Amino acid sequence: MGQIKLEKVTKAFGNTQVIPPLDLEIEDGEFVVFVGPSGCGKSTLLRLIAGLEDVTSGDIVIDGTNATALPPARRRLAMVFQSYALYPHMSVKKNIAFPLKMAKMPEDKIEEKVKNAAHILNLTDYLERRPGQLSGGQRQRVAIGRAIVREPAAFLFDEPLSNLDAALRVNMRLEISELHQSLKTTMIYVTHDQVEAMTMADKIVVLRAGNIEQVGSPLDLYRSPNNLFVAGFIGSPKMNFLEGEDAAKHGAHTIGVRPEHLRVIHGATTSSGWTGTVGVIEHLGSDTFMHVHLDGDRGTITVRADGDNPAKVNDKITVEALSEDRIYRFDKGGMAIR
Amino acid sequence: MATAHSRTAARFMIAPAVLLLLAWMIIPLSMTLYFSTLRYNLLMPGMEDFIGFDNYSYFLTDPAFFAALTNTLLLVGGVLLITVIGGILLALLLDQPMFGQGIVRILVIAPFFVMPTVSALVWKNMFMNPVNGLFAFLTKAVGLQPFDFLSHAPLTSIIIMVAWQWLPFATLILLTAMQSLDSEQIEAAEMDGAGAFARFFHIVLPHLTRAITVVVLIQTIFLLSVFAEILVTTNGGPGTASTNITYLVYAQSLLQFDVGSGSAGGIVAVILANIVAIFLMRMIGKNLDI
Repeated sequence: MGQIKLEKVTKAFGNTQVIPPLDLEIEDGEFVVFVGPSGCGKSTLLRLIAGLEDVTSGDIVIDGTNATALPPARRRLAMVFQSYALYPHMSVKKNIAFPLKMAKMPEDKIEEKVKNAAHILNLTDYLERRPGQLSGGQRQRVAIGRAIVREPAAFLFDEPLSNLDAALRVNMRLEISELHQSLKTTMIYVTHDQVEAMTMADKIVVLRAGNIEQVGSPLDLYRSPNNLFVAGFIGSPKMNFLEGEDAAKHGAHTIGVRPEHLRVIHGATTSSGWTGTVGVIEHLGSDTFMHVHLDGDRGTITVRADGDNPAKVNDKITVEALSEDRIYRFDKGGMAIR
Repeated sequence: MATAHSRTAARFMIAPAVLLLLAWMIIPLSMTLYFSTLRYNLLMPGMEDFIGFDNYSYFLTDPAFFAALTNTLLLVGGVLLITVIGGILLALLLDQPMFGQGIVRILVIAPFFVMPTVSALVWKNMFMNPVNGLFAFLTKAVGLQPFDFLSHAPLTSIIIMVAWQWLPFATLILLTAMQSLDSEQIEAAEMDGAGAFARFFHIVLPHLTRAITVVVLIQTIFLLSVFAEILVTTNGGPGTASTNITYLVYAQSLLQFDVGSGSAGGIVAVILANIVAIFLMRMIGKNLDI
């Protein structure tokens, strides 16, 4: 079981309100990702749920019991920290066994559980080593091992992959997703990387300045963002935004088109497209990203074309949306017009 | 920096400093060694004869020597115990967020800047004096007989004075070590269900072992040679109750004018210090690795 409900939770440090009243429901077994730019309050929110920070007002309900006043250890949550927070003077085995030892579990049972966790995480050969002798990915797995032996109601991850190199990050992302599938425990995961959010989440919570901008499945957020912020944050490269005349034509204050929803027409101009000069071209092999400076100083838009697109720098090209419904419209306040 | 050429250059440039330091150490040491083999009494100038190891046998068979040896070890051990335990407790206290933390920290460090003679005299005259001292005043206030610290518990009194002097040093080093502890580790332990005591013994104390080792090693060096506090308070007495090796060497050479025997005592002190150092490094030196 691991159902977590936040009711009108607020957090203020002195006079600055970091989290305005916030409601959120996390279902049992869900993989929820809090995503947002740095300083948006996502880590604070996670620490509030963990009990490492006190809420200023509001309630945190875990599995139907009000946990607002409970100390962290009694909330039955386990956390994996950004720095892993392994105990440097203890062996891997002792690190993983620490929460069980604190729970005064009998020795033989601890031994068995540690063995199990080590087996799941491929750590069996490293049990006697100290954290200092492990690689980044192994440390990460020890931190996860320390979390899973407790069999918590939910796991909390605080940007766990940000200290790993790119290749390892992709690997660990997969491992965490697999772990979630086999354990089926609620997981709350904080990241500033929208790719991690999109690939891992059942449900994404997009945060900005402590406010929830939108909650939904990855594809929901991608297909129908509520506002400019979510539209710009989800998707890589970023959605292109145009204002003024171009937007007015579609009856909006701002329009947005994703780079992957644009088509390149060489040279020729059509009535429905935008013409411009190719600036920087990024070749990724499978795709080519072109930054096109629109004529008449209307801004720059990014276009995704196939890997073998022949366009060169300074070429004149025209881009147009794949279809009319791929153009997102936003009003003056930045809210989506549907 | 790693080429053969630069390494040779580095050696040449270091050489003057190394040679100076070597001379600085070797000359006094060999002079002392030389004097320790002479019958060299300042009351009988011009009668210096070579007498071999006689000075050593006089010094080592002197009953005052064993008293001084135990006193030295008791002094070092007692002060280390008080400063390390007290330092950890004070550091824990100062690590708490509180009003005026900066000022309190400076106040705590203050005793370290007081000269040993001054602090010993303050303790002797203002606190421990059986007639005018603050402790005497307090005991009289509750109707008890004042306790004459310096004559009835001279060594303990000196241990207290020296510990008071060194407590700030220990506190400071342990406090900085404590502040370098990753707060996420404490939080992780908190989430793992460790209470305040478990957190202290399983996380904080292991983190401090290195700092404690440094404190113990540095303090031992200085505590083996405590002198001023003894000179201005008890003069090593009553009898030899508060004489340590350093004070015994002083008494031999400058109170009994026996430079030869004093030098022998000095050499014995050097050997003892090395024995202590070897023991310490064996016991706790491994904490400094990694």
